[in-house]
Amino acid sequence: MIRLIAAHELRSLFALPSTWVMLGVLEFLLGWSLLSRMDAWLELQPQLAQLANAPGVTASIAAPMCSMLSLLLLILTPLFTMRSFAEERRNQTDALLLSSPVTPRQLVLGKFFGVFGLCALLIVAHLLLVGALALGTPLDRGLLFANLLGLLLLAMSYSALGLYISTLTAQPIVAAIGGLATLLGLWLAEASSGDAEAIWHNIAPSAHFQHLNAGLLDSADIAFFLLFTLAFLLLATCRVRGQQ
Amino acid sequence: MQDVSLELGRGEVLGLLGHNGAGKSTTLQMLAGVLRPDSGSIAIGGADLATQPERAKRQLGFLPETPPLYRDMTVDAYLIFAARLRQVTDVAGALAETRRRCGLESVSNKLIAHLSKGYQQRVGLAQAIIHAPLVVILDEPTVGLDPAQLREMRGLIRELGDAHSVILSSHMLAEVEAMCDRVAILHRGRLVHAGPTADADGLDLETRFLQATAETAP
Repeated sequence: MIRLIAAHELRSLFALPSTWVMLGVLEFLLGWSLLSRMDAWLELQPQLAQLANAPGVTASIAAPMCSMLSLLLLILTPLFTMRSFAEERRNQTDALLLSSPVTPRQLVLGKFFGVFGLCALLIVAHLLLVGALALGTPLDRGLLFANLLGLLLLAMSYSALGLYISTLTAQPIVAAIGGLATLLGLWLAEASSGDAEAIWHNIAPSAHFQHLNAGLLDSADIAFFLLFTLAFLLLATCRVRGQQ
Repeated sequence: MQDVSLELGRGEVLGLLGHNGAGKSTTLQMLAGVLRPDSGSIAIGGADLATQPERAKRQLGFLPETPPLYRDMTVDAYLIFAARLRQVTDVAGALAETRRRCGLESVSNKLIAHLSKGYQQRVGLAQAIIHAPLVVILDEPTVGLDPAQLREMRGLIRELGDAHSVILSSHMLAEVEAMCDRVAILHRGRLVHAGPTADADGLDLETRFLQATAETAP
């Protein structure tokens, strides 16, 4: 049942022209950024070569690219999740789901995996783009893997939060703005607090992504992402159950 | 809603009558599991909607006032999704049968957004019956249809009454008289009359409706 709802969610996302426009613009931006970063790196390479322990291609091109995608996910995920529940309610199509033998948990998980599936596709496409560097030079696979994991975990947390906000309203645009504002708020909390130990710093998923972005695989970060996701999925389930 | 008690036998068609705002849609939404009642209980084919929602919902089909249609899907894709949601085992067979019953063969590959209001209503009805439920709940199924579509829809609903139990709401007395075995009249959230459509006293439905809704008016 979860798979059915996830496939339906993914299909309805791909049926929207706006999804394709967003994906197209995103790929263009990332491609452009990769080229300009490569340019800059090639210019700097002679100087880098003189340093002991100079950063490699992966650390100076691939990791910043992943960091850029993590910021773009902050903007894109609320746009993907905004319709999940809000539009069903606005168009009154939720009656079909609510009168079917589907539990609120299955409904929330189905929608979550649908949106996360789209984000995962986007992240894998991004990794292929960055992986194209491997045609010219060996890459640091460990760092790439940490970044892939980080991006997937980040997309999971953002999707769960976006879904929860989508259950709060019947207007997709309000859900999008609410999701974006919350994620930006979290990001600002992280960016503005200087102390890495401060609670405001650590409450933001982006702060935990930075560790993975640098290649640091810490189980505390992974646990944070999983707990963050779980908490918002639970909140969304309670909300859907309460709305009936 | 208060003090509403309804019972529906197998193969019966029950009409829910009432003025605008009498609570017809609310009652039907509660019966379909879309709204949760504060108190009281609803059982469908012996399964309680509050304690065994999955079992109860497998046996019901619901067509709300606004058909729950995904406009960006084709008719077939939508009906297959509805059938899978209701855990139908033979999806292809159910799809062919429902398409035939609702007269949707000619539009099966069209986008729902491109269909006329009458056809959209039929698709809405088709999703409610594709899993051959015990109980079919229809909220104002004929509203906004032209006279020809109206006649077809009535024929369809009468046909449904042979195989399923049907509850439908309407504020058109003639329609209820033509389609239903029994009527229940709601007024200001209360059940004020329940009985067979053809009354033993020989009073017509309109007189009874006016009597029932006048008695409790302040």
